[in-house]
Amino acid sequence: MDYFKYLRKDKFPHIWCAGCGDGIVLKAIIRALDNLKIEKNQVAMVSGIGCSSRTPGYVDFYTLHTTHGRAIAFATGIKMAKPELHVIVVTGDGDATAIGGNHLIHAARRNINMTVLIYNNHIYGMTGGQVSPATPMGDFATTAPFSAVENNFAIAELCAAAGASFVARSTVYHSNFLAKIIERAIEKRGFSVVEIMTPCPTAYGKINKKGTGEQMILDQKNLAVRIEKAQTMSPEELKNKIIIGTLVDRELPEYINTYEKIMSQAQRM
Amino acid sequence: MNSRTYMMQGNVAVAEGAIDAGCRFYAGYPITPSSEIAEHLSKRLPAIGGKFIQMEDEIAAMGAVIGASVAGVKSLTATSGPGFSLKQENIGYASLAEVPVVIVNVMRGGPSTGLPTLPSQGDVMQARWGTHGDHPIIALVPASVRETYDMTIQAFNWSEKYRTPVILLLDEIIGHVHEKVTLPDPDELQIFNRKKPSVPPEEYLPYKADESLIPEMAAFGDGYRYHITGLIHDETGFPTNNAEKIAEMMDRLNSKLLKYEHEIIQVEETDTGDAEIGIVAYGSSARSARTAMRKAREEGIKVGMLRIQTLWPFPVDKIYEFGKKVKEIVVPELNLGQIAHEVEHAIQDRFRVHRVNKVNGEPIHPDEILNKIRGLK
Amino acid sequence: MDEINKVIVNEAWCKGCEICVKVCPKDVFVMENFVAKVIRMEDCTACLLCEQLCPDFAIVIEAAKKEKKKASA
Repeated sequence: MDYFKYLRKDKFPHIWCAGCGDGIVLKAIIRALDNLKIEKNQVAMVSGIGCSSRTPGYVDFYTLHTTHGRAIAFATGIKMAKPELHVIVVTGDGDATAIGGNHLIHAARRNINMTVLIYNNHIYGMTGGQVSPATPMGDFATTAPFSAVENNFAIAELCAAAGASFVARSTVYHSNFLAKIIERAIEKRGFSVVEIMTPCPTAYGKINKKGTGEQMILDQKNLAVRIEKAQTMSPEELKNKIIIGTLVDRELPEYINTYEKIMSQAQRM
Repeated sequence: MNSRTYMMQGNVAVAEGAIDAGCRFYAGYPITPSSEIAEHLSKRLPAIGGKFIQMEDEIAAMGAVIGASVAGVKSLTATSGPGFSLKQENIGYASLAEVPVVIVNVMRGGPSTGLPTLPSQGDVMQARWGTHGDHPIIALVPASVRETYDMTIQAFNWSEKYRTPVILLLDEIIGHVHEKVTLPDPDELQIFNRKKPSVPPEEYLPYKADESLIPEMAAFGDGYRYHITGLIHDETGFPTNNAEKIAEMMDRLNSKLLKYEHEIIQVEETDTGDAEIGIVAYGSSARSARTAMRKAREEGIKVGMLRIQTLWPFPVDKIYEFGKKVKEIVVPELNLGQIAHEVEHAIQDRFRVHRVNKVNGEPIHPDEILNKIRGLK
Repeated sequence: MDEINKVIVNEAWCKGCEICVKVCPKDVFVMENFVAKVIRMEDCTACLLCEQLCPDFAIVIEAAKKEKKKASA
């Protein structure tokens, strides 16, 4: 697989830390686009602020690195103006569910055709390791020195409840599966969300004694449970497990489609 | 009879001006007293192949119009004080990333929720410095419905020409007043579009400019794949921490409008030839001032007015020259002297500037200005 | 004779995270001075786990072309 066909090679080596999963996700995205035979001139990648949001700088597409939490809003504008483009949003757990939460749930409610990849590393990594809405209760962060005391969103479930057509979750360890669900997400006409569990050994891992990057990735192998199996397990058995698989894959009216019908109606009047 | 004669509301003039300027995307959030702009465009845009979306909040609306503009579609958003405050971060993004976009603020009483249905001119300084960091901005202030239509087209033309967000400042009076207007034939309007790349994609540098200081702008989807970021970047569009490149970027960005001030800065002078007392006014307050000026002249007082049309960049030189002609300057505003402060600075003398300030939600009565003038005689 | 699969490590880009060492089912890699080194290239099966999981794009696998074996009569 020639990844560099899709990358801005002169920007490498990238800035992500040793053992960070973001590079693995990037590869999965490229394999998905390559499988779908999507041309580079057909893709706009939009990001917010954070480590995962640096991804657009490395890919050879139309790339827009926006303000913290707002990628989905900017992406909505791109999609409305040029619906023929594949719009992929890369964002993080903080960017998407804290400051960007409102935009995430409304875009899901609208079911606007785009793919949103939420890299969940349980922390605000880029800024040094502050607590995020996805930092598990009891874990530590620079702004939770006595441990995190808030519940987390069930991010994928939140998007499904808000109205997204396609929602799935994977880890970076399951890289083949990850590429397959990203492919499905891009292909799907509707709001598609993939929550991607990715290790941050530097900020989250160190303070919480999770080991180095490769240890955190191998742990994902043991912690992951397929959703079909999870449905037969008890809450106690599922504690601390990562449920991976497709949560929803359904046909719902898509926003651009619906609005184009409005345009036809308006033009007939 | 000309079929483009209407009894038109100021807000509707914004919408129609935008359409005639080529705007085909609106994203916004309802907020009094600007909502008529959104309501009118929600009907007009889809009928002409454009798109309208009411976003979940003001910040999302600002993001969406930048995204649409980056993808090549002229875009508009409209709001009032509280929404204008929310939009500031993304306005700064548009300024730094040099994305053409027009933002309308129909000013109402502030601060905070303030006076939603009553006029003010309280956001004029915010229009210049509302977003953080050193950045350029253009802000225009119309004083009539027809001028609102013309300035909206002007706003789009300049945002495209100079690759900058342009803020159009109405107040609740101008936004809601209905006046008879006869609009020009849209085919006869001069419409300006952003400069497209003159080189093939492999050679395109999105932030490289020639002596014009304005880089060529490719639209996403047109075959030029490049990177746009809110981080300080060099001419390739990629982020940089190199001190020299940062200085280069900041210098070009903040001086690009200076080069075109002769075109951008517009004022309207009335009866200034023999004036002894001057008025500097803008927006709806300029209308009150016009009546005060007429009454003063009837009493034999020689009053002239310099009406500001382009608020930012501020018409420093024009006001300085005006200050040399007249003995005293009266500045009526629906705020506590935000522009009077700039006038004092422009003429280098705060003792000759006299404020008529009102922030109680009522327009300035011409007699309030007249009394001030009489006192200076 | 079958050619071996080629395992190419870009040492300049390798950040020494050791993922390849830990995931390779054939122990093709070891760490040496914080950089991945290929010591058993001949054992590589081109499963691509290392290539897929190397976050730094520092590993490229060039799978060998297999000679077609004739079907027995």
